[in-house]
This record gives sequence, C-alpha cells and structure tokens, in this order.
Amino acid sequence: MVSSPISAASARVSFSRTTDATVTVRLAGEWSLHLTGVSDEPIERILDTVPPPARIRFDTSALREWGSGLVAYVEILIEACDVRSIAVDRGGLPDGVRRLLDLARAVPETEGARRNVQHPKILERVGTVSIGYEQSVADSLNFIGEVILAFGRMMRGQARFRSSDLMLAIQQCGADALGIVALISYLVGIILAFMGAIQLRQFGAQIYVADLVGVGVTREMGAMMTAIIMAGRTGAAFAAALGTMKVTEEIDALSTMGISPLEFLVLPRMIALILMMPLLCLYSDLIAIFGGATIGSLMLGISLTVYLHETARSITAGYIIGGLVKATVYGALVALSGCMRGFQCGSSSSAVGEATTAAVATGIVLIVVACGIFAFVYHALGI
Amino acid sequence: MPARTDTSEARIEVRDLTMAFGDFVVMRDLNFTVRRGDIFVVMGGSGCGKSTLLRHMIGLLEPAHGEILYEGLSFTRASTEERQRMLRRFGVTYQSGALWSSMTLAENIALPLAEFTDLSEWEIRAIARLKLGLVGLKGFEDYYPSQISGGMQKRAALARAMALDPDVLFFDEPSAGLDPISTRLLNQLIIELRDSLGATIMVVTHDLASIFMIANNSVFLDGISRRMIAQGDPRELRDHCDIPAVQKFLHPDLESRAEARADG
Repeated sequence: MVSSPISAASARVSFSRTTDATVTVRLAGEWSLHLTGVSDEPIERILDTVPPPARIRFDTSALREWGSGLVAYVEILIEACDVRSIAVDRGGLPDGVRRLLDLARAVPETEGARRNVQHPKILERVGTVSIGYEQSVADSLNFIGEVILAFGRMMRGQARFRSSDLMLAIQQCGADALGIVALISYLVGIILAFMGAIQLRQFGAQIYVADLVGVGVTREMGAMMTAIIMAGRTGAAFAAALGTMKVTEEIDALSTMGISPLEFLVLPRMIALILMMPLLCLYSDLIAIFGGATIGSLMLGISLTVYLHETARSITAGYIIGGLVKATVYGALVALSGCMRGFQCGSSSSAVGEATTAAVATGIVLIVVACGIFAFVYHALGI
Repeated sequence: MPARTDTSEARIEVRDLTMAFGDFVVMRDLNFTVRRGDIFVVMGGSGCGKSTLLRHMIGLLEPAHGEILYEGLSFTRASTEERQRMLRRFGVTYQSGALWSSMTLAENIALPLAEFTDLSEWEIRAIARLKLGLVGLKGFEDYYPSQISGGMQKRAALARAMALDPDVLFFDEPSAGLDPISTRLLNQLIIELRDSLGATIMVVTHDLASIFMIANNSVFLDGISRRMIAQGDPRELRDHCDIPAVQKFLHPDLESRAEARADG
C-alpha cells in the first residue's frame, strides 16, 4: 500500500495501491481553481513504480466542491497514464468532470501547434535583429523614394489629395501647437539666460546674457526645441493615425480604389509640417528671447529696451535664416518618420503603439543627426 | 431582369494560383473561373486563406505563383497603369468596413467620384445620396463612421464600393458581426445588385445561410490540405458532394461530436 497525501489549501489527493495492480486516486476536499500545493510529482512516482500499475480508478466520495482545478489535475493524470499505457477508469469521477474531460479531449491536440518556446541565446538574438535591420533599412529607403516620387508628381500637378486635408493638417501642426511651443520656448529662454547670468555676473558681463540667448536660440535652440516638440506631438500623431488606418484597412481601401495612399495621406501631412515648422521656429525664437529678457530684467536689472537692443546687435539675419532652414529640414524629417512608421505598422493595436514609439524615436535621432551635419556645413560656409 | 449578359462568359479566371507568405504556403494550385453575373462564394473554415485569396484578387498581395485574369487580361502581369484602370472597375467592401474615419459618409462616397469622374459637386452629392439610399441609409450623409452602428457601417461601405458603378464587387465576410436580420437584408441587397447592375460578385464567407441564399457558384478551400477541394453550386455540393470535409461544412446539423473526433 503506497500512499502520498498532499495537503493543499483545502484540496487533498492521495494514492493507494491495492494488490491487483490498481491505483485508487482519492480526491477530497474543495478543489477550486487554485491548485496551490498540489504538484504533479507524486503522479510520476506512483505511475513509475515497479511493477507498473495496470489501471487507475478514482474515489471522490470525500470531494466537496470542484472547479477547473480538479479537471486540469485529472487531465494531467490521464495524459501521464496514456503515455504509459495505463488504463483509466473514469467511473468514479463526478458526471460534470467526465463531460468536461470529454470536451477537452474531443479535438485532439493540433499537430505542430505546440511551440517549443526557447529563449534564444544572446548571439542569436543579436543576429536576428541585425538581419532584420537590413530589411527595415531597405523598406525605409523604399518609402523615402516613393515619397520623393510623389513630391515629383505633385510638382507636375499630378498628385491627388484633398485641400481640406491639407488645411486640417496645417491647423493641427501649426495653430494647435502654438501653446506648447510657447511654453517650452519661454522656459528654455529662461533657463539659458539663468545659466548664462550666473557665469557672466562673475565678470560683470551680465549684458552678454542677451547675446547668449539671442544667438543660441536663433542659431540652434529654436529650431531644435520646436522640432523635438513636433516629433513628440505631430510625428507621433501621424504615426498613430496612419497606423490605425492600416489596421482598419482604410489604407487598403484607398489603394484598391486606385487612389495612392502616399499622395492622399502622406503629402498633405508632409507639406503642412514643412510649411509650419519655420513659422513655429520663428515664433519660438521670439518667445525664447522674451524668456531671456524676463531673467534679464528680474535678476540682472537690465531694462527691456537695453536687453532687446543688445539682442538685435548680436544676431544677424544669417543666424535667423540659418535657423529657419534647419527648422524646415527638421519638419520634413519629423513628418517623414511619422508617416513612414505609420505605413510600416503591423495589423494589431499593439503595433500602433510600437509604430508611434518608433516614429518619435526615429524623428529625434534624425533631428540630432541633421543638427550635426548642419553644424559642419554652416561652419564650412562660414555662417 | 436587365443587364444580365451571357452567363457563360468568363469574367474572372484564377490560374494555378499559389499564395504564400515567405516560405509558408497558404494555398496552392487554385484554379477556378467566375462567370459574368455570378455570385461566387469562397468558402472554407476560419483561417484557411479565404481573405488572403481576396487580397490577392484585388492586388494587395502578390501571388507566389500563377496568375489572375479579368476578362482575359492578366491582372498579375499588368503594368501599374493598367492595374489602376482595372481596379477602378472593382468595388471592395472590407471585413471591418474600412470607411475613411475622418470623412462623413457622403464624403466617403464622393471621394472616388471626385477622383475619377468629371461630375459637378452637385451631381456627386446627388449620387452619394442615392447610393446611401440604396443601402437604406438616406439621411445619414453627414454622419461620421464612428457615429453609426457596425451594421450601418457595413452598408455604408457597400454604398462606397458601389460609387463608381463597378462591374466586379468583392465582399470580405459581409455577415461578420451582423445579426441574422441585417445579414438577410445585406444578402438580399447583394442579389439585387447582381440583378439590377449585372455586376459579378465574389463573396468570402463562412456563413451557411448566406452561402445558400446568394451563391450560384463557389469554391471550397480546405485549410488542412491547403488546396481547393470542391467547386460548384453550393446547394449541389450539399446534396451530391461526398468529400467529408465539404459535407461536414455544409451539413453542420448532421454532424455529431463523435464523428468530429473520429475524423480529427
């Protein structure tokens, strides 16, 4: 007689072997969905004893309540018996359990459906991701090429999109962004001026805070801050909108109707952002200079007139135009990465989230890379 | 009934079509012909590749092998311009409706008209109203897709698909997510469209009631062998086809659990 009781919260199972090679499985207590404490280890031990049992039967006279936990346990037991060709007498089980077991076994396990989930080795993962990059770079270049072709068609007046879509996009990435751009630019102006003021005050050169803010903002920070705001705001919105359209087959509906989704959806968004970015940048420059002036008058006691005069003296038209050119290019990059990630979106709702994240990340990386290239080119040109 | 021309004329031909995603073959060696004026049903279990076939037919996916012909012209080998021309004679309704969510119903229908016809704004508006009326949505011109129910979205999508008076209409699971009454109405609408416009209609569905109600020709895709295993009028297949998988599909009521277990 072998017996191995397992105590669970309130579920109990014990095995008893009688002389005629039959194992009786006694199931007792309350078997809820929680299998706490019941392990499959004793099953193996009982079934693998020598000589092996010929059949098992169930005794459920002390079973009070049962749920899926019991059915799952019995199913594991039966599977273990099937492997060892041990007969199972289900007669002792409650009727409901027998019916559920029949249901669970009605359709056999689909061959090949079970996956061996193996966590790939680090090298393998690095390899898979690297190979994936090749494809994604090719896809991206392909997309950029198609966008350029679409712009070409637009120049020849052959591209088709609705002017109302363009107007809506202009509103969304122009007027609607004024608030956030103002807030961030003002704060950036204040921070620049504050940091400069602490250093310059040591030399009595407070007035040069105006130069610092003016030049810094018009040449670099205005375009950069606006671009990063737009990447997080508009680039993400483009990716989410286009990605969702992909999921709901709206993009397919356009292409099967013979309307190029690239012209219809991407062109208005790109044009809108390319047009709006320099305007937003100019606006950002102005607000940031006023942010600097706030510090100048409150902390350093420089009057607004003097501050603005010093600013006007320090910056040149070249700085401002250089900044605006940068902003335009950043705008194109942000719109491109937003639309591209949206178009590359998979067909599930989680893919839309991934596309949005990727759009912002790509946008910001492109902005910083472009900023580096601009620094080099402007230096070479002496701007 | 007008406009039903010679019914033996081949409108769509699928030759040796093999569909694959990379190395994974979805279906191989599909061969069938859809005649003008047919309501042709593609049936088969869930996930066997019915919708994939439809996406191949309308050029959203490219065949791994074989080709698709419309009126004897190869769609698969057509140039981009030829393909665009062919596409303009198709109407497609998608499983999810796929109405453009940023536009009202009237604008959804107006877009293809504005793109591909010389009609004035007034005429386009009138046609949009007519098409919405045909699907029972008169008065909903200025609603956005999100403001109407799923069944209405499906009908509106049908109105959009009909915008350019297509002569081939594709339906992807038209009855998915609809109650039996809406399904019956949609099916009647499909038959009505064939009879009145003389359109050739291809429907992907696994809804038995719809299949028997509308189809006069069909093909059965088998997900296990990854081939088509039967074709013909579904009513005849039901009564005379002795392939077990087809019988099981078309006679769900005769099927007992025991058989399902025995056949796997």
